[in-house]
Amino acid sequence: MSAPVVVAGASMAGLRAAEQLRATGWTGPITLVGDEPHMPYNRPPLSKGVLAGHTPFESLAFRPRAAVTDVRWRLGTRVVAADLDRRIVELDNGEALPYGGLVVATGMRPRRLRCPGPAIGRHTVRTLADAQGLREALTRPGVRVVVVGAGFIGCEVAATAVTLGAAEVTVVDPLPLPMVGPLGELLATALLERHQRRGIRFALGTGVTGFHGSDHVTGVALSDGTALAADVVVESVGSLANTEWLDGNGLDLTDGVVTDDQLRVGGRPDVVAVGDVARFPNARYDGVPRRVEHWSIPTDTAKHAARVLAAHLRGAEAGLPPFAPLPTFWSDQHDFRLQSFGAPTLGKQDVRVLDGDPDGDVLVGYHTDGRLVGVVALGGPAATAAAARYRAELLQQPALTA
Amino acid sequence: MKVVVDMNKCQDHGQCVFAAPDVFRLDDSGHLAYVADPGEELRDEIEEAADVCPLQAIRIED
Ligand SMILES: Cc1cc2nc3c(=O)[nH]c(=O)nc-3n(C[C@H](O)[C@H](O)[C@H](O)COP(=O)(O)OP(=O)(O)OC[C@H]3O[C@@H](n4cnc5c(N)ncnc54)[C@H](O)[C@@H]3O)c2cc1C
Ligand code: SF4
Repeated sequence: MSAPVVVAGASMAGLRAAEQLRATGWTGPITLVGDEPHMPYNRPPLSKGVLAGHTPFESLAFRPRAAVTDVRWRLGTRVVAADLDRRIVELDNGEALPYGGLVVATGMRPRRLRCPGPAIGRHTVRTLADAQGLREALTRPGVRVVVVGAGFIGCEVAATAVTLGAAEVTVVDPLPLPMVGPLGELLATALLERHQRRGIRFALGTGVTGFHGSDHVTGVALSDGTALAADVVVESVGSLANTEWLDGNGLDLTDGVVTDDQLRVGGRPDVVAVGDVARFPNARYDGVPRRVEHWSIPTDTAKHAARVLAAHLRGAEAGLPPFAPLPTFWSDQHDFRLQSFGAPTLGKQDVRVLDGDPDGDVLVGYHTDGRLVGVVALGGPAATAAAARYRAELLQQPALTA
Repeated sequence: MKVVVDMNKCQDHGQCVFAAPDVFRLDDSGHLAYVADPGEELRDEIEEAADVCPLQAIRIED
């Protein structure tokens, strides 16, 4: 029997890759190896509905398509090494697993703060277990919460903590505004005001230098010399790619796995990367390889990569145009939503209000050389619907020249 | 084919509308409306819609 396609990482991107391989007509064996004990589950609710208690943990599991009922799941199993020349991955039980094709889908893990102080009481949010632990901590009466990092996850967790009735919620970030990296100043300012109106405090333009307490955290020391009392600390300071297992194969692993414009890794036709871990050039924009940690990416990358890999396994070329997804993300915070289409970060120097105003429902456009490259809506369903109306326009635009 | 959307889960993201505009739409107030018994020829579209629903609220019953 031919060696299976091995999918390293059994979360959303891994599942979608397996499903898409089947959708292309590949009927050979597929093995998914994942170090979490669970079948793939949906992560966004971990910082929103699940943390708030509206959504039960059990409802997170993806429903795999019928076409993948015959794939082999090796859960609770970690891939520890790979030899791409010999086409073998090594598992944590010492087993060597030969592959005919390899899908890299190992995703990210939270970056941790290295400053001194106790570890107990400090949380991150990536896995089911993380969210369960954090929910338990946040639902104790009268807790004071410090969220370090005002990105997507930090802002969502802060909003959820207030909803849960935390006594104090403070968000700390060295940057002057929340989510200013992805959104730019105009919307980040609007976002700050909305959070403040709903009772969240901010310590901006300052970092964390250490944690107080002996076993359990009691406070957070800031670089401006002040301190914040804390019973619960959430570290949402970005993520690191799970690529150590690929070391020693001469790949560029500086930030995820670099791919070509067909999502192939290291010039090898039998290895593709999908999901958060893939650093791919987007032909829609400037062709610079970037990682994109948005929920739409596992599905988009899996579709393309599966066709490329399946064609190779059949001894053919897929002959697809370069990968060129239209990025999209959303974020739910309090009673409002952020919804984005396109690449707002490429147009932060020319930001215009397209509709509404920043105090209510607002739609903002981001431009490069006068051309719209991304939109972000902030507000209720009307704002989101307005953003959706620009999606077709963004899809039709020709590629930006580098 | 039968399509079921768990309306307790659905948060009106509208991603399904992009994937399968023949089956799903957002009404004037921004809420989801859909065809519950679409034709078999729409299966690919609907599977795609089920994939891209952020709340994983769409179920296809054969
Ligand atoms: C709390 C939270 C909220 C989010 N909210 C939003 C949102 O509102 N909107 C949005 O657009 N996106 C959101 N995202 C992002 C989105 O969930 C991710 O982009 C998506 O989960 C990426 O899927 P993935 O399969 O590529 O990676 P992952 O889900 O990280 O999967 C990788 C899997 O591989 C496993 N693994 C790692 N190393 C190994 C190894 N060596 N061997 C075996 N297995 C391994 C990991 O344990 C994990 O199960 C959120 C993410 C989080 C964590
Ligand atoms: S994509 Fe999902 S959440 Fe959004 S409108 Fe469709 S069913 Fe509802």
